[in-house]
Amino acid sequence: MPRLIGLTGDGATAEAMRQIDPDVVAAYPITPQTEIVERFAEFVADGLVNTEFVAVESEHSAMSACCGSSAAGARTITCTSSQGLALMHEVLYIAAGNRLPIVLINVNRTLSAPLNIHCDHSDSMGSRDSGWIQLYCENVQEVYDTVIQAVRIAEHPQVMLPVMVNLDGFVLSHSVERLELLDDEQVREFVGPFQPVVDLLDLEHPPALGALVAPEFHFEHKYAQWLATDGARAVIEGVGCEFGERFGRSYGLLDLYRLEDAELALVVLGSTAGTARAVVDDLRERGIRAGTLRIRCFRPFPADEIVGALQGKKAVAVMDRAGTQGGEGGPVFGEVRAALHTRGVLLPVINYIYGLGGRDVPAASVARVFTHLGQVAEAGKVDRAVNYLDLRGWN
Amino acid sequence: MAESKLAAGSKIAAPPRGLPAWLEIPLGGILVEPGNAVEYRTGSWRTRRPIHDPARCTSCMICWLYCPDDAIVVREQKVVGVDKDHCKGCGICARECPVKGAMNMAEGGAY
Repeated sequence: MPRLIGLTGDGATAEAMRQIDPDVVAAYPITPQTEIVERFAEFVADGLVNTEFVAVESEHSAMSACCGSSAAGARTITCTSSQGLALMHEVLYIAAGNRLPIVLINVNRTLSAPLNIHCDHSDSMGSRDSGWIQLYCENVQEVYDTVIQAVRIAEHPQVMLPVMVNLDGFVLSHSVERLELLDDEQVREFVGPFQPVVDLLDLEHPPALGALVAPEFHFEHKYAQWLATDGARAVIEGVGCEFGERFGRSYGLLDLYRLEDAELALVVLGSTAGTARAVVDDLRERGIRAGTLRIRCFRPFPADEIVGALQGKKAVAVMDRAGTQGGEGGPVFGEVRAALHTRGVLLPVINYIYGLGGRDVPAASVARVFTHLGQVAEAGKVDRAVNYLDLRGWN
Repeated sequence: MAESKLAAGSKIAAPPRGLPAWLEIPLGGILVEPGNAVEYRTGSWRTRRPIHDPARCTSCMICWLYCPDDAIVVREQKVVGVDKDHCKGCGICARECPVKGAMNMAEGGAY
């Protein structure tokens, strides 16, 4: 029977990892992910898991060790944050290109400089084109549930790609929330045994991985990888649906809240969606037809689903917890706007860059985005595309 | 995939026949068979070519030993020539040959 406890996002991640009992964990501690590694190292020391824990000297080594172990047919998990993810960067592409189903839990933290340990999405957005599937969680329960699902998604024979599960640093990683913890047996049964497609230790048919590929082959490899990434949408939905059938909590690519009859739509990732729901409820009570669209799966980007959900709205605001230095607005804005335009849905879309370096996102600030959105809807056109929430000196 | 009408009249060469399509390539660039470097024809890199002179060659095997691509062809313990598909024209064989004139580098890759 599942039991109810109070736990942080880091604690919930460590519990999920204990229950999955992976063959190998190679990880290096970094704030605000440290608690995951600490707790998991204790599980290893206490003999609660059968995992080979590799205490590496850096994140570059962590991801390299993960690539080796995954290629050798071992179920492999790691976790990191910020500079750690940045240090893994070149190896992330190798994991994805070699089609290694590694699961990485990234506790979102901004990138230096200035040095700052708090939440924004600049770390994972920097890896958005590395070929990893990217899922963003709203609360501690979803973090726990998604880590478990990530194993199934990554190892699905039609996917065979690494999966990055993202949770907001401190907001989720260090906040104690209500968590429904499944039985160890339930989790083990759900994830099942790992049946590797690539196995370097297959002595009957010894393969080689990571060999040089000439120009005659490289493009075809990347296309196969793109198609597998695109196809992962159906698997992510299928695994989220099966999880719901078994345990009562279903997950998909998007999470829509009061959006169907909404005129004003807010697009958001991660924990801010919870704040936005409260604001939407408040606005609805005052007769304003507001709604939210939370993108749970950012890679592969569910463009058709997003356009389908936003079609017919009067105006859309996209919240980005990361900027693109020198680009027009944030990464989510760029892709949402492009998806709409490509499909001929010409809505006014504005962008709000917010919450960088852990800047708090109170409900009153999200409400101001809706106020601006109401003005855009009334005018029927965008007054200013890129906006900065709660930035002193900007208005 | 059927050739489009655009491609039919195009001056741009069609992609080479015989190479596998994206869906025919093993997952993740994995090599499933050993020894497939034989398939990798490095001879097209050649801008200079070694000319073997059997009249002077003593078949001492120094060129065979030094060749980085195993491109010296040996039959019945005698050097008989150069594998044109794999010799990339590096010139090491001619440089290391102890007999003057048994292996000479010439300009141009084509034999």
